[in-house]
Amino acid sequence: MNVLMNIITIIYYLLVACSSFIMIYNLIKSKKWEQEILYIIVLIPFLLRLFRLK
Amino acid sequence: MSGIYIRKIVFSIFGMLLLIFGGISFYKSRHLKEPVVLSPGVTEVKKLSEYFSGIKGTTNDCNVYFFEGKEPGGTIFVLGGTHPEEPGGRLATWILTENAIMEKGRLIVVNSANRSATTVTRLGGGYPPDFTIPTTWGGQKFRMGDRWSNPLDQWPDPEVYIHFPSRQELAYVDIRNLNRTWPGRPNGTLTEKTCFAFMELIRKEKVDIVIDLHEAELQYPVISTIVAHEKGQELATLVSMILTDMEGFNIGTEFSPKNLHGLSHREIGDNSDAISLLFEAPEPFLDATRGRTTREQLLTGKDEFVMKAGEHGLLFEKIDEHGWPIDVRVGRHISSIIQTMECWTEDHPDKALVIKNVPRYAEVIKNGIGYYLHIPLKAGSKRVFYE
Repeated sequence: MNVLMNIITIIYYLLVACSSFIMIYNLIKSKKWEQEILYIIVLIPFLLRLFRLK
Repeated sequence: MSGIYIRKIVFSIFGMLLLIFGGISFYKSRHLKEPVVLSPGVTEVKKLSEYFSGIKGTTNDCNVYFFEGKEPGGTIFVLGGTHPEEPGGRLATWILTENAIMEKGRLIVVNSANRSATTVTRLGGGYPPDFTIPTTWGGQKFRMGDRWSNPLDQWPDPEVYIHFPSRQELAYVDIRNLNRTWPGRPNGTLTEKTCFAFMELIRKEKVDIVIDLHEAELQYPVISTIVAHEKGQELATLVSMILTDMEGFNIGTEFSPKNLHGLSHREIGDNSDAISLLFEAPEPFLDATRGRTTREQLLTGKDEFVMKAGEHGLLFEKIDEHGWPIDVRVGRHISSIIQTMECWTEDHPDKALVIKNVPRYAEVIKNGIGYYLHIPLKAGSKRVFYE
């Protein structure tokens, strides 16, 4: 079970990193200021998790 | 550079500031050092991993404080911090580790049974990250903590948690609940391994009595009580009667259900020679109907919304405008521990447990918890440990 949990955790962190990258990419490409703010706000918890702060 | 890129940079800086300040706050909270100035009665401090190497180097490799009496006797083990969001239990163990001296028998104390759970607060609960107990030398800050191990230390949770070894199905999140994973297993999750390590300690040290300190919301029926394994029913009943009669607070007795698994009062008794008891004190901070979840509410135990629930007969414990201050809750625990030792000693003079230099209920309320916490700066570095 622990092995399975470790595999899921690694996949999860890869997904978090991938999602963070996509949000940063969309932030750069976006033309609307409302969307830019939204991307930044949504990105924060992803980065907190990725850096193992929360 | 066009205006759109300047705007993105400004927004990004704003986001980075939020991330940095939030991140620093979470990091500080997770790594806050809580000093323990050892009582002269502490004869040895071990790490839990000395009983099971499987948790060595993990967050839950906590300190275990030993108090060897001048004369031989029985062994009692007090667990604080099973649920760190119930700080009365942790603070009661702090008073023991900083003051207790054993005359007869042996006392073993753990302040942070689930240390991982002390490093996080309930997600989405808006809990304060810490709280401060005022002392004569300023104040001592403690981590607030949660009921469950930190997801950073143990993740993911299963859809359904199947308890080992009973195979009883429990709520998924309780796979991180130290009071649902007893007796634990050596190849399990961090929380299960922690329970296994404690079981090894209980068996190897030949513990006679285990006391697990908790607090409960007033809307929960198991409150202001001692939950006892059948081996400890007589002892618990005697303790309850004497405390209610002599100390001025009501405490009842509940019998540990035989078919509810994973709890300390059931599994420790079933899987070792020890008597297992669990003490519950009232904590309005945990009630679902509470108002703002603040440090003040945690320490005073005052809440007008919980009082209103009481007026409608929705509570299992009384509450009035005086609330349930932390000194009262801790005082109950301390007196209950001392009384347990006294009642045990009367029945088992060959395995006596005699403690001194620890305040009882009335003294804790009169002087406050902070009176019994000592200044780390004045203690030698060898007498200060950190939780």
